[in-house]
Amino acid sequence: MSDAAVATMGAVPAAHDDHHYTSTGQSSRKIVFWTFIGSECMFFGSLIATYLIYKGKSLEGPMPHEILNIPLTSFSAFDLLMSSLTMVLALAGIQRAKMGQARLWLAVTATLGMVFVGLQAYEFTHFVHEGLFLQKNLFACTFYVLTGFHGTHVTVGVIWLWTLFIGTFTGRIGPKNDLDVEICGLYWHFVDVVWIAIFTLIYLLQ
Amino acid sequence: MSEHETVHEAHAHAHPTAKKYIGIAIILTIITVIEVAIFYIPAMHPVLPPVLLSLSALKFALVAMFYMHLKFDHRLFSWVFVVPMCFATAIILALLTLFSLSHRS
Repeated sequence: MSDAAVATMGAVPAAHDDHHYTSTGQSSRKIVFWTFIGSECMFFGSLIATYLIYKGKSLEGPMPHEILNIPLTSFSAFDLLMSSLTMVLALAGIQRAKMGQARLWLAVTATLGMVFVGLQAYEFTHFVHEGLFLQKNLFACTFYVLTGFHGTHVTVGVIWLWTLFIGTFTGRIGPKNDLDVEICGLYWHFVDVVWIAIFTLIYLLQ
Repeated sequence: MSEHETVHEAHAHAHPTAKKYIGIAIILTIITVIEVAIFYIPAMHPVLPPVLLSLSALKFALVAMFYMHLKFDHRLFSWVFVVPMCFATAIILALLTLFSLSHRS
């Protein structure tokens, strides 16, 4: 199928009676959510800029190369990438009215998100034991604020995913309102792409 | 099949198949493995920044295009995402330049 044909199909609003469409033919909720994601880009852009500005300007240790655990964080990055896969599989399940498949992948996505948050909690605890408190140096301050905000976003996503999972049993979530799952998916993938940037800029480019 | 189901089915099929999603996941995993491998090769350290930034940009684009469906959805969504992305990049570059100049002086 050509891209033009696919784009046209994508522009066709699904026949959801309870959804509002703008003059572009697109769901107003989806446009609002994409705008929110755009604002989040600038939010994380500012946090990344702050980290990079103060990079290498700490007067005392621990320094990034002494404390960052690349194998652990690589696993976290892999975990979050796989959760993006399971999220799109959950959405595909909802859109094709395969509720069992949708429930399974929603639960797996939420579990992978919980694993990520757990690993981050372990990493932070380890850092504190190594003497890297929030107010220790410029690296600690900018690192905790950036990765902490990202971890908070992942936690919100996990709660959202479990809410959708429960909604599939109560009947609130189904093929007729797949947009709810699609919007949650957009949020989840955004959290993933932010981690792609953080993983490279903070962990690999020390 | 009702009109609702037909339209709904068409909307669902506008997105890639599960097979394609898994293919993208494999590519993303391979890129991540390459990134981490390059990090541990001392000979690669002089070219680490451009190589790693290019690989992460590729991963970013793959997730945005295929998993966030920007490649298949209306172009309006791409603009709503890309324009703030450009702003964010400009903010990062401007602040880095500004602070590096002030530190030099």
